[in-house]
Amino acid sequence: MKGPRADFAVIGGRIRPGAKVLDLGCGDGSLLRYLRESQSVRGYGIEIDDDKIPACVKNGVNVLQMDLESGLSGFDPGSFDYVILSLTLQAMKNSERILAEMLRVGREGIVSFPNFGYWRNRIQLAQGRMPVNEDFPNHWYDTPNIHLCTLTDFESFCAQHGIRILERIVLHGGREVTTLPNLRGSLAVYRFGSSAI
Amino acid sequence: MDTTHPAGSVGAVSPQRASFVEPLALRCGRTIADYELVYETYGTLNAERSNAILVCHALNAAHHVAGFYADDPQNIGWWDNIIGPGKPVDTNRFFVIGVNNLGGCFGSTGPMSIDPQTGRPYGARFPLVTVEDWVAAQARLADHLGIERFAAVMGGSLGAMQALSWTRQFPQRVRHAMVIACAPNLSAQNIAFNEVARQAILTDPDFHQGDYYAYGLTPVRGLRVARMVGHITYLSDDAMASKFGRQLRNGKIGYSFDPEFQIESYLRHQAGKFAEYFDANTYLRITKALDYFDPGFDTGGDLSKALAAARAGFLVISFTTDWRFAPERSREIVQALLRNQLDVTYGEIDAPHGHDAFLLDDPRYHALVRAYVDRMHAELSDIRR
Repeated sequence: MKGPRADFAVIGGRIRPGAKVLDLGCGDGSLLRYLRESQSVRGYGIEIDDDKIPACVKNGVNVLQMDLESGLSGFDPGSFDYVILSLTLQAMKNSERILAEMLRVGREGIVSFPNFGYWRNRIQLAQGRMPVNEDFPNHWYDTPNIHLCTLTDFESFCAQHGIRILERIVLHGGREVTTLPNLRGSLAVYRFGSSAI
Repeated sequence: MDTTHPAGSVGAVSPQRASFVEPLALRCGRTIADYELVYETYGTLNAERSNAILVCHALNAAHHVAGFYADDPQNIGWWDNIIGPGKPVDTNRFFVIGVNNLGGCFGSTGPMSIDPQTGRPYGARFPLVTVEDWVAAQARLADHLGIERFAAVMGGSLGAMQALSWTRQFPQRVRHAMVIACAPNLSAQNIAFNEVARQAILTDPDFHQGDYYAYGLTPVRGLRVARMVGHITYLSDDAMASKFGRQLRNGKIGYSFDPEFQIESYLRHQAGKFAEYFDANTYLRITKALDYFDPGFDTGGDLSKALAAARAGFLVISFTTDWRFAPERSREIVQALLRNQLDVTYGEIDAPHGHDAFLLDDPRYHALVRAYVDRMHAELSDIRR
């Protein structure tokens, strides 16, 4: 993907300059690099893929090779201002656990995921097939995406799990969607905190 | 310089020595005066003297890190696969230094050296040196070479412990530390293996309380067993299984105590080679330095407090099949660095070889070191601009 991904600017706009950020599933470190350059954040990334680790180093990003599925036990509670999970939630086995871990380690969480409720997905499903499109380029048999959800699904999950949604930004084609977001938005970004606070 | 050397080699090299007259206070309470360190260098120190990388050695290695000797071309440096022109630690860009530690047996002052006070080898009287002492001595060598600050200090295993120690003993003198296959201290099991090795040497009748030189003897049997024990801990169970399995040397069991399984003859061969060139007193002291290393001990067991003074950027690498210094031990280091909000990159390489993986050229491992060193180089260029 060329240039900063659509959710980068949205995430960047939600982060206080100079904040301490943990990016889960940071890939080649592009987001952290973007946030460092635009917001002067102090960041660390977690990534499991061998090939991505040197790529992060090239981007000048601190990266820790660890498996998110086993949690964030190496991190102290409240040690980050923001914990980001960008386009990774849908590919995780332990989705429930990671969201809880984000709020243990960070004061706020930011998550982005492709909205399965987007109309094109609905049409493809109505035609009797699993969606294959820009947002979901893989087939059912080779997709890394195992935990797909819609905006409504995610919001009810948060309500049930003591997660307080602080902000929701829904996008399509890089532009914000405010009317019928669960139908017209292909990408969701949520900022959330713990409802205990 | 020899032009026939293979691509990527620094070529023929020769060791140099530096003498130090100022006494060095050691952790054990004793001091050592008039000592020498033998070292090698590869590449060129730049005008700013900012591109030096110090390579610290582990248990059985020394200053001969890369290249070969003109009169002994088979004697290739122990980390030659990672250091050289165009290699991950690129000597076209960096000035790399290998040094034999104090107490060593490859030319630096050690138990085999003549004690100026007695005119005889130090032997048993040579002090028990620690990782911190080695680092202090290396810092003197840096002064001698006019290097105020290293671009990086790097090492594997015990060498990595020195790199880690550098960052707290001389925080201003280390820009980066590459800490590979390390542990923040030895586990009881690690110490236990070291004690078996030491007992093998100490109970060898030829040991003579460490003063075997006077008798023209070396405790070869003890040293062999010590090496065998050590060697087992460097390899993973899987690596041994795939290399040797239960293979028999002669295809059948002979009901004797001769080496019958391939692993037995391999261990005997390795141990025999080792006992020819390594000094038992040095071996004893190095295992003790390993046992004593525990930066967190001074701060009530809190490693992050121990590293509070560190200012370096860190590359920490572990290997999944390393059971001697398992990845969890490296993650303890990473956690302490995170608590100090230091820059750290951590790679956990899924290599099959066990602890020894740090000496091998796994492409994922080398790619990571290369990327990190390239980044260091870019940083140096940025400063210059």
